[in-house]
Amino acid sequence: MIKVQNLVKTYGQIEAVRDISFDVQQGEIFAFLGPNGAGKTTTIKMLTTLLRPTSGTVEIDGLDASKHQNEVRKRFGIVFQDPSLDDELTAWENMDIHGALYGVPRKLRHERTDMLLKLFELADRRDSFVKTFSGGMRRRLEIARGLLHTPKILFLDEPTLGLDPQTRNQLWTHVQKLNQEERVTVFLTTHYMEEADRVAQRIAVIDHGKIVAQGTSAELKQRTDTETLEQAFLALTGSSIREEGAEANRDLRNMARMWRKN
Amino acid sequence: MTTIYILWLRQLKRYVRSRTRIVASLGQPLLYLLGLGFGFSPVFEKAGQGSYIQFLAPGVIAMTVLFSSIFSGIELIFDRQFGFLKEMLVAPVPRLLIMVGRTLGGATVSIIQGLMVTVVCVIAGFRPSLSSLPAALLFLALIAIVFTAMGTAIASVLSDFQGFQLVMNFLVMPIFFLSGALFPLKNLPKAMEILATLDPLSYGVDGLRSVLIGASHFGVATDFAVLSVLSVVFMAIGAKLFSRIQL
Ligand SMILES: Nc1ncnc2c1ncn2[C@@H]1O[C@H](COP(=O)(O)OP(=O)(O)O)[C@@H](O)[C@H]1O
Ligand SMILES: [Mg+2]
Repeated sequence: MIKVQNLVKTYGQIEAVRDISFDVQQGEIFAFLGPNGAGKTTTIKMLTTLLRPTSGTVEIDGLDASKHQNEVRKRFGIVFQDPSLDDELTAWENMDIHGALYGVPRKLRHERTDMLLKLFELADRRDSFVKTFSGGMRRRLEIARGLLHTPKILFLDEPTLGLDPQTRNQLWTHVQKLNQEERVTVFLTTHYMEEADRVAQRIAVIDHGKIVAQGTSAELKQRTDTETLEQAFLALTGSSIREEGAEANRDLRNMARMWRKN
Repeated sequence: MTTIYILWLRQLKRYVRSRTRIVASLGQPLLYLLGLGFGFSPVFEKAGQGSYIQFLAPGVIAMTVLFSSIFSGIELIFDRQFGFLKEMLVAPVPRLLIMVGRTLGGATVSIIQGLMVTVVCVIAGFRPSLSSLPAALLFLALIAIVFTAMGTAIASVLSDFQGFQLVMNFLVMPIFFLSGALFPLKNLPKAMEILATLDPLSYGVDGLRSVLIGASHFGVATDFAVLSVLSVVFMAIGAKLFSRIQL
């Protein structure tokens, strides 16, 4: 379903993704694990046509992602790591725009919006502006929106960051249901190893832009001679702490600039 | 079609909800109208040019549409910063349609602003011919489309607000001052005349003036033709640059 070959992305001096290759089968739940700044988000951006690779190829459902961008976009849904809601609109309006852009018929889109807002406990705030939402509520809305249409592939970039255990459980239960009932292929990244262990059928570990290991959770544990996926992860990527993703810093800088200018 | 409509509607909703923007954007035209209008009126009339308020009002209306449109286009940078741009760019619809919807929404907002300022001008003593309103609306729309598309094109290549001040000072303000919004284009120094001829807004101001008060420099047909062509050109450039955005 996803076929990546020799994918490279460099930003000037920074080599964010260095020659990675992997395949994700149809109907599979595939976890992409790695420390901060490993290159997970950059990879997802290239898989989802937001970023052109420096070199290498991405095939989504048999289509070259750099040539058939529009066709490729019809095949996936995504929950971004960074905010992507319109603050000036209500929760319901954000859902509605999404549904319209993805061609979900009006009636179905309203039904599903109601169902998902209920599922992620936003139903009583459906007509509030997103700018009045807390971080957790925004996150829940991003997830609800990402699940509004049923794509062939679902990308989830650290979807559970900053969520309480109840919501995390809710999300993964729903994702597993989609995977089993609708055969949705899932590509996810997370920092919570027990989540990856629970839902993912196959795992790739990426560090410094390179894939250092691939396999099932059991295989990774066996390879590193460890008991838990967390230990296996540390064995593979070392235990030194990585700097906070540069992305966060860049956003902060941009915000600061923005306010100074206005 | 749904794509264009839904993004058009989004721009309109955002506008209607930002009361400060509505009020603030009326302040500047009012200042020009009252300050310049009444200040220069005696000189202008003594020079045998007729009423300055009559002359200035179409210029101030065009200015409103110019600023509002550029801002609507540049607002794309907000979408980038706040992240909504990602949501638009992964949507399974041609980016061209997204750009068109956004631009038409921004242009509609500008037209509304232009109409509100027209009312303010009338209150201040401006007397346009009423039968000219449909034609004036057409010119407002053309100016709005040209400059919203221009703003979108610019915002597509800027990733933050750093370049914004540059754009304002070296592009938008000159477009305004050289357009003949404030003074007649007759008998200008040669260099100025050439610049004014190259300035898209000149044709907008002139078009409005010709339909609202019956005075024209280029001729209303020329104004209409030039603006129509520029609308298409800037929409095409904007769409091209928008489609190329990477995050
Ligand atoms: N737009 C950018 N410009 C420069 N460097 C970037 C940009 N985006 C990401 N990077 C760098 O690429 C590397 C990988 O980042 P990212 O893919 O966000 O990591 P992850 O999602 O695994 O935390 C980091 O070192 C980051 O600083
Ligand atoms: Mg990331």
